[in-house]
Amino acid sequence: MTDIKAEMDVLPGMDPRAHLLHVDELHVEFRTRDGVAKAVNGVNMWLRPGETLAVLGESGSGKSVTAQAIMGILDTPPAHVTGGRVLYRGVDLLKLSEADRRKVRANRIAMIFQDALSALNPVFTVGFQLAEMFRMHRGMSRRDAKARAIELLDQVRIPGARDRIHDYPHQFSGGMRQRVMIAMALALDPEILIADEPTTALDVTVQAQIMKLLAELQQQRNMGLILITHDMGVVADVADRISVMYAGRVVEEAPVHDIYSRPAHPYTKALLESIPRLDRKGRQLNVIPGLPPPLTDLPSGCSFHPRCAYAREICSRDEPPAYQIAPQRIASCHFVREVLGV
Amino acid sequence: MSDVVLEVRDLVKHFPSRSGAVHAVDGVNLELRRGETLGIVGESGCGKSTLAKMLVGLERPTAGTVSVRGQEISRLRGGALRRSRRNIQMVLQDPYTSLNPRMTVGDIIGEPFAIHRDATPTYGRHRAVQELLEVVGLSPDHINRYPHQFSGGQRQRIGIARALALRPEIIVCDEPVSALDVSVQAQVINLLDGLKQRYGISLIFIAHDMSVVRHISDRVAVMYLGKIVETGSDVAIYDQPTHPYTQALLSAVPVADPRLRDRRGQITLEGDVPSPADPPSGCRFRTRCWKAQPACAEHEPLLEIRQRSAHPVACHFAEVAQAL
Repeated sequence: MTDIKAEMDVLPGMDPRAHLLHVDELHVEFRTRDGVAKAVNGVNMWLRPGETLAVLGESGSGKSVTAQAIMGILDTPPAHVTGGRVLYRGVDLLKLSEADRRKVRANRIAMIFQDALSALNPVFTVGFQLAEMFRMHRGMSRRDAKARAIELLDQVRIPGARDRIHDYPHQFSGGMRQRVMIAMALALDPEILIADEPTTALDVTVQAQIMKLLAELQQQRNMGLILITHDMGVVADVADRISVMYAGRVVEEAPVHDIYSRPAHPYTKALLESIPRLDRKGRQLNVIPGLPPPLTDLPSGCSFHPRCAYAREICSRDEPPAYQIAPQRIASCHFVREVLGV
Repeated sequence: MSDVVLEVRDLVKHFPSRSGAVHAVDGVNLELRRGETLGIVGESGCGKSTLAKMLVGLERPTAGTVSVRGQEISRLRGGALRRSRRNIQMVLQDPYTSLNPRMTVGDIIGEPFAIHRDATPTYGRHRAVQELLEVVGLSPDHINRYPHQFSGGQRQRIGIARALALRPEIIVCDEPVSALDVSVQAQVINLLDGLKQRYGISLIFIAHDMSVVRHISDRVAVMYLGKIVETGSDVAIYDQPTHPYTQALLSAVPVADPRLRDRRGQITLEGDVPSPADPPSGCRFRTRCWKAQPACAEHEPLLEIRQRSAHPVACHFAEVAQAL
């Protein structure tokens, strides 16, 4: 098993000292009948082993598209990566052949999705789908693969794993199905796991189970985790660092404690004030006026300016640069000092 | 505040199925007072949506009664049922499927007037609809647009305008914001809250999001497998919950404050909700409860005020948890 991983280490140009993952000025657009939708507009992010990076954003912010570009599973057409690099240990994944890319996928970088029912194949048993990975990627015998499948289901704490490998996805509950998908993602020991809204479709008590499981597995394996979500509560519970996305850009990046106590971007600040919180009951919630802009027609300058309380003339004219406001803290706003209150 | 506008007594809904009846709602009692917001929380499958449908007469109860202002509506049929609905309207979860894509916004919001002709204001339907659009924060000029020309949050506003059209005393909202983005959720929550103040409407607010429910509700009822397990003021439920399920539910809600990360005592429930087709005997929560004793399987705990709980709770061992 390890020899196959070793064989893959000869990916040309791989440098074990380089960042585990570094997304550099990524641009993705969708060419549709209604025009070009600029979904990702110069995204930068990086990830260390064992770290949890939360990518926070609303629908249409480009968070899932970024993840799909990292995984190399964008539908092309209509999606086109028009610029930037995705560096895994120094190797630009965007330049790899499809065959090499496939070796990276699941082996190095794996992904889990919101809707496990549509991510799993309904006509094969869960055991078959798990074992298939070991047979294809590791060349294992059916028997060994089956044994590994049971082991994995045990690890994600599915009761009665030995019997349940014969079940089909629809025979599992929502939470159990999510565990199956996690098992499948972790089967080949990836170094990076991307979780795209993994608990959004689940009830809170089940969400708590799944997040706990993910945290444990991550720690055991020293895996880098990119958690894509819109839930500021979940982020506060598990993330080390946060990248806040709006209209295809990272508008703020910061360690988790800083962002909640002192947000540096007006969007982050407004978002934090607009969510009802269990521990606080206010009469009126702060509202962000208007709607996120259509990606086919982004506002000039800063994309957030039409909804921003701090906006002035310069905001509609010049796109704000990414200001480094502290070590590990970046915010793209002309009035970052004002937002921080310094 | 004491006049009751909606009263539900021993409400039961069983759906027949091959593997025996599905006990979706199994003996629910509640009352709603004038101008009050009652939040109903629970996880998927607890019966909260079935309850909502019975309240507005979209689903006929297997047993029990729903009374609006003393008039029992659960057995009404035909014209009488239609007339009774004037007083109790509904806002649905999915603003994409709950509006007819082939009708203009004007027709959608004006449809209640077409059904209840005598309720149409004297100045005409057109103006009434424009007024409603304005009340919910949409431009009256958009009256001829179609639903697809609006965003999710705006569509939810259209749904709210439709529910408001007949000036009902009660509006039942079934997960009205869960399909919306966070920044838009706040807009709709504030709108509902404002309308309630302005028109003195009573709201039933059904949701799975505990934080949203706390924000808007005066009283809260927690449902589990077709039954209300605990009910009380928002302070009672959120600050002094005495039912183990409520305690677990609250502790599972992530709070947007990383400083609380390791200080919150989290109770992680094991397993899933049992099937409503075959609910556990006695207390329905006992299969996942850390306090369960043999007695819980035999005696069903009633929803009542207990020695260690100042508000009604359905648990033999109810008490305020030490630290939460």
